[in-house]
Amino acid sequence: MKKCSYSTILVALSVALVLTLVLSVTLGRYPIGVGELMGILAQQGVALLEHLGLHGLQVEQTWTSTQASLLLYHRIPRVVLACLVGGCLSGAGASYQGVFQNPMASPDLLGASSGAAFGAALAILLGGSGLTVMLSAFCFSLLTVALVMFVGNRARGRRVVGLILAGIMVSSLVSSGTSFIKLVADPTDQLPAITYWLMGSLNGTAPRDVLYALLPMTVGIVGLHLLRWRINLLTLGDEEARTMGVNVKELRGAVIFCATLITAASVSASGMIGWVGLVIPHLGRKLVGDNYKHLMPTSMLLGALFLLLVDDVSRNLLAVEIPIGILTSFLGAPFFLYLISREGDLL
Amino acid sequence: MSLSVKNLSFSYGARPVLQDVSFQAHAGEVLSVLGPNGAGKSTLFRCMLGLLTPTAGETQIDGQDVAGMKASQLSRLIAYIPQSHNPVFNFTVLDMVLMGTTAQLGRFSAPGKAQRAQAEAALAQLGITHLRDRGYCHISGGERQLVLIARAMAQQAKILVMDEPSASLDFGNRLQVMETVGELARRGYAIIQSTHDPEQAYQYSHRILALNQGQVVAYGTPEETMNDALISQLYGVPVIGFHLMDDKARVFLPVNETKTKESQI
Repeated sequence: MKKCSYSTILVALSVALVLTLVLSVTLGRYPIGVGELMGILAQQGVALLEHLGLHGLQVEQTWTSTQASLLLYHRIPRVVLACLVGGCLSGAGASYQGVFQNPMASPDLLGASSGAAFGAALAILLGGSGLTVMLSAFCFSLLTVALVMFVGNRARGRRVVGLILAGIMVSSLVSSGTSFIKLVADPTDQLPAITYWLMGSLNGTAPRDVLYALLPMTVGIVGLHLLRWRINLLTLGDEEARTMGVNVKELRGAVIFCATLITAASVSASGMIGWVGLVIPHLGRKLVGDNYKHLMPTSMLLGALFLLLVDDVSRNLLAVEIPIGILTSFLGAPFFLYLISREGDLL
Repeated sequence: MSLSVKNLSFSYGARPVLQDVSFQAHAGEVLSVLGPNGAGKSTLFRCMLGLLTPTAGETQIDGQDVAGMKASQLSRLIAYIPQSHNPVFNFTVLDMVLMGTTAQLGRFSAPGKAQRAQAEAALAQLGITHLRDRGYCHISGGERQLVLIARAMAQQAKILVMDEPSASLDFGNRLQVMETVGELARRGYAIIQSTHDPEQAYQYSHRILALNQGQVVAYGTPEETMNDALISQLYGVPVIGFHLMDDKARVFLPVNETKTKESQI
């Protein structure tokens, strides 16, 4: 049930997100202070203005060039990607929960993650790296979900159940493919690369990765925000939604398409990051209620904030970076248990 | 506003579920559909609501066939009130009622001030404004049924199709819901309800449609159709009817209950 007003929560979350962004950028083995951060950003702004023909502005340089390149090419892309991936996985999870009328649904319900894993493993096996792996993961993720939709729509009986069953079966099929690739992969370099990718990590995010992920993410996020009120009606079941004037087939297809697009983009950029898409929407439900008009933006902001914080822990806690997928599962599962035990009305 | 079903038939594969059903429902009247389980009541409602396409015949609203209409167009003419259910997610009562206004909105918009006013008005008319911010899953079955009626009113369709509105409610709630149904008819809605309660159907309806094995076995006013023979035939139990309060109410009781007990021994 609603406890605080929606706008208060939205503002609070946005402020928290901005503050955490600043904090995250300054955190790390190589120190960058807030002052240097502002300076480097201002310098970039000045350079942009000069590029546009506006001269005469000057920023006094108080930082080293190492700090500048570390910030611009490593830390900023990484924290931005953490926010994007967190927001997307949570938004997609909330959407799937609505479409499938199932609070236990998560973004990999229709095989988006297992498809991406297969695509990434295949690309690594064939000697690809970086962008190739990401592209292959993205394409196979979409392909897998398309296959699930195709099979699920041919199933007799209830459409939603057919889709879920098809998702489980196709995921399992694709996962066996991934296992086979791991078996034949070169154990000295390919196998560790695959294993590391599967654990999920934002390590080594380049500005280019963010740009490539941003395109499908924007399409999906905008789509889900436009359709978010109507997702409410889908949660009541096909027939009821239709009698209230909703073209169920079209709407469900559009929501699944958007949610899959952002899931595929997230997973292909960061590897498998579990639990975010299941846990964060439920935290959102506790905060603002089940109405998707409020739940969708809240979930996305919460997800961005959550993954940003977890990523900070993953790269700062130990001398060696902990893959973020391990941490989200480690934190997500107990947190979920806490959520469902605190109030009994979740399921 | 009137709805007419003309020679409607429906079959799942080779199994006929409805055969040649015809009737009319008018504004200001309650039409009750009686029939045993499996008589085809739900299938009939699905056809009327455009959820199923009949194998023959059609449903017309003011002369227009519903089969060719888009969901958004149809939902402005006819609203469906399901049995009070337990949805997966716990929406507030206000959100639940607001969902009824969706057909008025553009594809990408959410309800605004105008829709909110409609929803509040519907809640006020049914006297359940106090439930507005409660969770739909946390209110009683009778209250939920009223919320679903409010949702249909916010939908602004003038034909209401109700699936056993008083089923699984206690005595008091059943009366309240049925009084509401009667009141809506007086306000000009055309109401089509299914029910398993012949006595209640007699008391609250203007017209009765009795279905058995997918065929119409009686259609007319409660006074002329609801006799011992019809009720016995529908439910397969010999009954005797008592006309009470100058025939304002009829009560049907099984005749040979004791006999049945003896034969089982």
